Amino acid sequence: MSDVVLSIKDLHKSFDGNLILDGINLDVKQGEVIVIVGPSGCGKSTLLRTIKGLETYEIGSISTTDPKAQVGMVFQNYELFPHLKVIDNIILAPMKVNGTPKSEAKEKALEFLDRVGLKDKANSYPRQLSGGQKQRVAIVRALIMNPEIMLFDEVTAALDPEMVREVLDVMLGLAKQGKTMLIVTHEMQFAKAIADRVLFLDGGKIVEENTPDEFFTKPKTKRAKKFLNVFEFDAIR
Amino acid sequence: MPDLGLDVLFKGSNFLRLLEGLSEAAKISLIAIAISIPVGLLVGVLMTSKNIILKVLFRVYLETIRIMPQLVLLFIVFFGTTKTLGWKLDGETASIIVFSLWGVAEMGDLVRGSLVSIPKHQYESSKALGLSKNQTFLYVIIPQTVRRMIPLSINLITRMIKTTSLVLMIGVVEVLKVAQQIIEANRMSSPNAAFGVFLMVFLLYFVLCFVISSIAGMLEKRWS
Repeated sequence: MSDVVLSIKDLHKSFDGNLILDGINLDVKQGEVIVIVGPSGCGKSTLLRTIKGLETYEIGSISTTDPKAQVGMVFQNYELFPHLKVIDNIILAPMKVNGTPKSEAKEKALEFLDRVGLKDKANSYPRQLSGGQKQRVAIVRALIMNPEIMLFDEVTAALDPEMVREVLDVMLGLAKQGKTMLIVTHEMQFAKAIADRVLFLDGGKIVEENTPDEFFTKPKTKRAKKFLNVFEFDAIR
Repeated sequence: MPDLGLDVLFKGSNFLRLLEGLSEAAKISLIAIAISIPVGLLVGVLMTSKNIILKVLFRVYLETIRIMPQLVLLFIVFFGTTKTLGWKLDGETASIIVFSLWGVAEMGDLVRGSLVSIPKHQYESSKALGLSKNQTFLYVIIPQTVRRMIPLSINLITRMIKTTSLVLMIGVVEVLKVAQQIIEANRMSSPNAAFGVFLMVFLLYFVLCFVISSIAGMLEKRWS
């Protein structure tokens, strides 16, 4: 298929003798939003980190169709550089990696910040921002490198509940613009709303691959059913 | 009001002599600090290396210097090595050597501590943005390390300045030695000189260290 932008074949990774990824096969299409769910330790974060090149792997291959394609990543802990202002956090990579002139990088950064409603925070330091604001800056910082594919690794897991929404809204906006995204999340309602495809990982394998409607209402596998039940509660009175 | 012996300070060039003594103390500590900062930086980076031999070597060096009272180090270098190795060393040079050995060890450990306290995810998010290893060090890690180190190294610097009061034991004429000389010389005319002169020594040390601490405080405030 011509519109596949990322192709993962038979990916194996082990750590300390434990198999973390056990034969992952995945083709990601242009503009597709894939949500990856699964119990903790199932390998979903490792999968994203391996795609980004932060982890090594033993067997298999990860390839982007366009060899020059950038992959952006946002992590669970808003990992801004604490000694730099918001604007300088954002323009550091464009300036140093791509050689973009400072004025041009700044202009673009302000435009991006405006889109996530944080233009007035450009000259603040990360410590002056709330968790949700920091995470939106982290998203902008990754986006400004113009990545073909964006990876989100539990980006709302460390946030207070009232701040989750503002970050998820930014991601929904990106999905609407047609950004290709791989998202690891525990926000099931959000997953249902944003996903084109849901992958359920367990024991380093893709156990189930489904549409969000099917997956969340009638999952095909027992293990997925059991996993989803964790999020359900029966009334006690 | 009891006689505090302050009059001695205004006799002849006594006050000027005290200042000269202070400048000798400042000279020794500042030269040692000027050596300690760059060499300590290098040692600190090497201490974070994965090379076991380097690690052990620097650890032994650091602990030896730390365990040894500075006075013993001064005696070893000034009396010990000059006799054994047959070289000539004046008190000032010996002091600079000892204070540099001390400063490099402590500064190295401060750099090491600051480097390892930078969270791993700072390296990771730099990598994720496409920054090279050198760029990550230059723009992300070193600026944060320096900010963490400033208050600690100022503490070290003031400790070094204060400890220069020991070098009179190997014949260096620094502020405390001058103070003793002044008191001795005026024993008959101002028997209470000790109080006034040592009070002035206290004030001089205080001013010197206070200025340095204030600069550090300002930097800390700006960067916190």
